[in-house]
Amino acid sequence: MTALAARALNGAQTWRVGPISVRFRTRNALVGVGLVIVMVLTAVIVLGLGSFQVSVPDVVRALFGDGPQAVRTVVLKWRLSRVVLAVLIGLALGASGAIFQSLTRNPLGSPDIVGFSTGAYTGAIVAIILIDTGQPAVVSGALVGGLLTAFAVYLLAYRRGVQGFRLIVVGIAVTAMLGSATTYLLLHTELWRAQLAAIWGAGSINGMDWDEVRPIAVMVAVALPVVLVLGRRLATLELGDDAAAGLGVQVEAVRLCLVLFGVALVAVPSALTGPIQFVALAAPHIARALTRGTGALVLPSALVGATVMLVCDAFAQHLFAPMILPVGLVTIVLGGAYLTWLIARQARQELR
Amino acid sequence: MSAEPNPAAEPQGPDRLVADRVSFGYPGYPVGTDLSLVVPAGSFTAIVGPNACGKSTLLRVLSRLLPASSGRVVLDGRAIADYPSLQVARRLGLLPQASIAPEGITVTDLVGRGRFPYQSALRQWSREDERAVDEAMRTTGIGALADRLVDELSGGQRQRVWVAMVLAQQTPLMLLDEPTTFLDIAHQLEVLELLATLNRTGGRTVVAVLHDLNQAARYASRVVAMREGAIVVTGTPQEVFTEALVERIFDLPCRVIDDPVTGTPLIVPDLNRVRGR
Repeated sequence: MTALAARALNGAQTWRVGPISVRFRTRNALVGVGLVIVMVLTAVIVLGLGSFQVSVPDVVRALFGDGPQAVRTVVLKWRLSRVVLAVLIGLALGASGAIFQSLTRNPLGSPDIVGFSTGAYTGAIVAIILIDTGQPAVVSGALVGGLLTAFAVYLLAYRRGVQGFRLIVVGIAVTAMLGSATTYLLLHTELWRAQLAAIWGAGSINGMDWDEVRPIAVMVAVALPVVLVLGRRLATLELGDDAAAGLGVQVEAVRLCLVLFGVALVAVPSALTGPIQFVALAAPHIARALTRGTGALVLPSALVGATVMLVCDAFAQHLFAPMILPVGLVTIVLGGAYLTWLIARQARQELR
Repeated sequence: MSAEPNPAAEPQGPDRLVADRVSFGYPGYPVGTDLSLVVPAGSFTAIVGPNACGKSTLLRVLSRLLPASSGRVVLDGRAIADYPSLQVARRLGLLPQASIAPEGITVTDLVGRGRFPYQSALRQWSREDERAVDEAMRTTGIGALADRLVDELSGGQRQRVWVAMVLAQQTPLMLLDEPTTFLDIAHQLEVLELLATLNRTGGRTVVAVLHDLNQAARYASRVVAMREGAIVVTGTPQEVFTEALVERIFDLPCRVIDDPVTGTPLIVPDLNRVRGR
């Protein structure tokens, strides 16, 4: 690529109409469009795969409400809900990861690492073992567990405001404690309950349909715009608390609001599906690598998260067909490999 | 012309910033009690004092980063606590001691962050923003660095970029916490010359916490000397930097002579007198 083209790609576009002005980086916009294209292509292929194969043209026709009734039922009623669910969960996890990594100013500061996912898991297990195994109990248990953990970590890390590194250390400590608590609970319950807990803990969207899509869709529709609007403040917070306050950001209020929405974006999906690890961690890194941009990159991270979830779920469904893996397993294997590589690369850079 | 009111043009009293018997500190740890201070418009005020005397904390109170536990700070004739936070940011620019340049940010982008108080979701980058950033970069002489990464710059260049960010904020009042720390002597003077120019020809009121007494004497029009959380004396450099007062503030026996270059007071430590005591 010539230097001129690179400059144009990394440059910013400004659109002005009267007093309204919008600014975006060319490269970010191209990455966004590219990710949407990848998602659409993946979705069209995935919608055709399965015990009842549908050709790509038939899938497209069904999506536009055309073609045979049987095909429409398979594509729209059975398979599309899963695709939409994967995309929504990915958007939520990617955005949440971007928020926490930016707030903690640490590439490891993702909601999985700072204990929220584990809190949701523990809450669900407590519900399965002590209350009821039905979905309402598990979902509320996971929600309460995730939120309580988030609240506890925030309070424990609070000393004249919350600083990133302390949030991570406290989160890791709380995660470890919750881990041993869940192990204890699992060892002291009936086998069938422990099995249920393990299945939930793998993080799966198998067998979910439009009923599960609705709550997540509502949450994403509410939280994502709020978080995107707060994105400018989030980027300003990266300059340091004092500099941000000097620029007129109400530091603690903005941070608390971002933590709350960031937690909601993780808690609601994991309450329904079980913890889906590593998407929130990896998505912002991939987004940064693709856009080579700075700042919080909430929207690119959300789009990367959605793409990753969609692709991982395609693997989960079809890699070992007819056996269906939980998507959480695929994200852990891929995300774990990615995390190892990331840490190894950082260690090398610091040694240099 | 911007739709925003330009605070510099508003008619107001001669004092930009007034601290009226403020006390401040952290829970269970008071730092300063009953401090009063006046920053006249157009002045260059240096705050000096030994380490841990509360200079930086006072600057945090003056810029509303830390609320005063009693007393009040008045900015342009109105209690600073009563302003919406974005309004404070349009009148008072702050350069904190520890700012973080996000990884991979370019000079232009970082200077552009100074426009935050004027921006909104629908007003992301106005022509006014563009002009202010251009002007700030020209004034600080970093135009040639526009596309460079802040990480790659030398300490002196980086400090000029941060000053440019505060300049882009276009506030009539600038507060700087030790703007010369970690710079070599040439870069220290470069930053101070820049501040002096902004003060003299730009008409900006400057308040800076400074470590070097001779630099404070050379560049400031007013000096506020602190010790143990209290203001010992306020006045012109000639009034503050006397042998008796410097010894009282810093426990440093010294002689004060005229700076051969500028004629301002020059403090020469006289440690023989310490040993003699």
